[in-house]
Amino acid sequence: MYEKPILKVRHLHKQFGKGCTQCQEGHSESLQKNYCPKCGTVYACRDVSFDLFPGEILGIVGESGSGKSTMMQCLYFDEAVTSGEAYVNDSDLMGKNMFELSAQQKRSIRNHKYGMVYQNPVHGLKMDFSSIGNIAEKLIAAGKRYVNEMEATSKNLLDSVHIPLFRMKEEPQNFSGGMQQRVQIAKALSNNPPILFLDEVTTGLDLSVQANVLDLIKKIQRELGISMVVVSHDLAVIRMLADRTVVMLNGSIIEEGLTDQILEDPQRAYTQQLVYSLI
Amino acid sequence: MPILEVNNFGKRFTIHHLNKTMHAVEQIHFSLKPGEFIGIIGKSGSGKSTILKSIYRTYLPDQGSILYDSKRFGTIDLSKATERQMLFLRKYEIGYVSQFLNVMPRTTSRQLVEHSLLEMGESEDRARMEAENALIHFELDPKLWDTYPNTFSGGEKLRLNIAMATVKQPRLLLLDEPTASLDQQSKKKVREVIEKLKRNGTTLVGIFHDIEFMEGLCDKVYDMKTKHFIYEKEDECIV
Repeated sequence: MYEKPILKVRHLHKQFGKGCTQCQEGHSESLQKNYCPKCGTVYACRDVSFDLFPGEILGIVGESGSGKSTMMQCLYFDEAVTSGEAYVNDSDLMGKNMFELSAQQKRSIRNHKYGMVYQNPVHGLKMDFSSIGNIAEKLIAAGKRYVNEMEATSKNLLDSVHIPLFRMKEEPQNFSGGMQQRVQIAKALSNNPPILFLDEVTTGLDLSVQANVLDLIKKIQRELGISMVVVSHDLAVIRMLADRTVVMLNGSIIEEGLTDQILEDPQRAYTQQLVYSLI
Repeated sequence: MPILEVNNFGKRFTIHHLNKTMHAVEQIHFSLKPGEFIGIIGKSGSGKSTILKSIYRTYLPDQGSILYDSKRFGTIDLSKATERQMLFLRKYEIGYVSQFLNVMPRTTSRQLVEHSLLEMGESEDRARMEAENALIHFELDPKLWDTYPNTFSGGEKLRLNIAMATVKQPRLLLLDEPTASLDQQSKKKVREVIEKLKRNGTTLVGIFHDIEFMEGLCDKVYDMKTKHFIYEKEDECIV
């Protein structure tokens, strides 16, 4: 290999429920999709492995319920994994499985290495704090202490996501969905994370606002070289953003490839169905 | 030492929903030396594009090998290269041009060409300068530089595509039916563009459906029907 991945995920496994003798840890044929009808266990992520390389956008597509968001939440430590490993290319954390770190270490990774943008801004923002306060909160978590410096950084970020500065002290709950999403992106970027997770960030936004957010993401990648994992069920979004794409179905990765190859020469039956459905 | 060597290449498409497998092409052999221009001719549906798209890995090759002499990786089989290696090669070494523009929406012609350079790590000043040079070189009307290419004509889209691909100075350039559905005037322009590229030493693989167009332009012509070269230029010096 001529380059090292910045994030390595191996055998990520996440189940909701205890499992029973019939579903045999998700290997059984008796599962309905990824659900065991006998004990009600959901196998949300099954043996998910992938690499994320510096500066790339990795797309993850799949229908709702395919485990995309659960996988993101596991990586961002919002959910505990059932089993699996994840490594970040960092001198302090080299060779350490991030899922096994202490809560404090995980928080530190979130504060310094990761940014996350949720589909619903409610999860990423404090809706009743001022917008600039939201960003300052993340900056403080990342160890910044000088008010002037934080204010300058926050203004810069809000400006770069096209939030008018005269509204920076307003609470995001006063903003439109698109504006909230852009504040959330500004917040996620504030600690200069080398890795950014974007979970269905444009879903539910109207087309022109969606275009705005997509342009912003592309610009961030080009100018800051941040590695991103972009989850979306929308192939048009993936086509525009991602260099490589992973297709998930029922909690497993069933296909991966260059994005244009996935779209023009899909191999698996499910991927073909997905691509042929594209209007 | 050839820069590209295609051995026993074949490609099938399986459509699961129809339970069908189609053989697009089989048993393709050809190779080309640095600086050569090879033209591939054949009827529509004979698999010309399939070959080109497989070299660029928009299609996943399934038979044979496509050996490419990469500057970065040495000799590499493009049918087995990793996706990251392919992305690197697309960024720095191999270009692909067709009449269809597949670009970021809401981006002007000028920005598109600049982005091609910026993603290679060029400075903004240099990107701006070289982008303008390329747009002039390929004779895109300056009125069009700062507009979105959605409404461009086929010929204009093609020339923009060529500008985007060639500012990177690729070692290998794939031309996918660049003259299809163009009028005589535009074809002539494309021909001049290709002659310019050749003079600059770019290795080219092009597919065309009209033989006339290629006359005197290609060093070798590969025919999909006979699966052989039907024409090879004897002396290699280009006047």
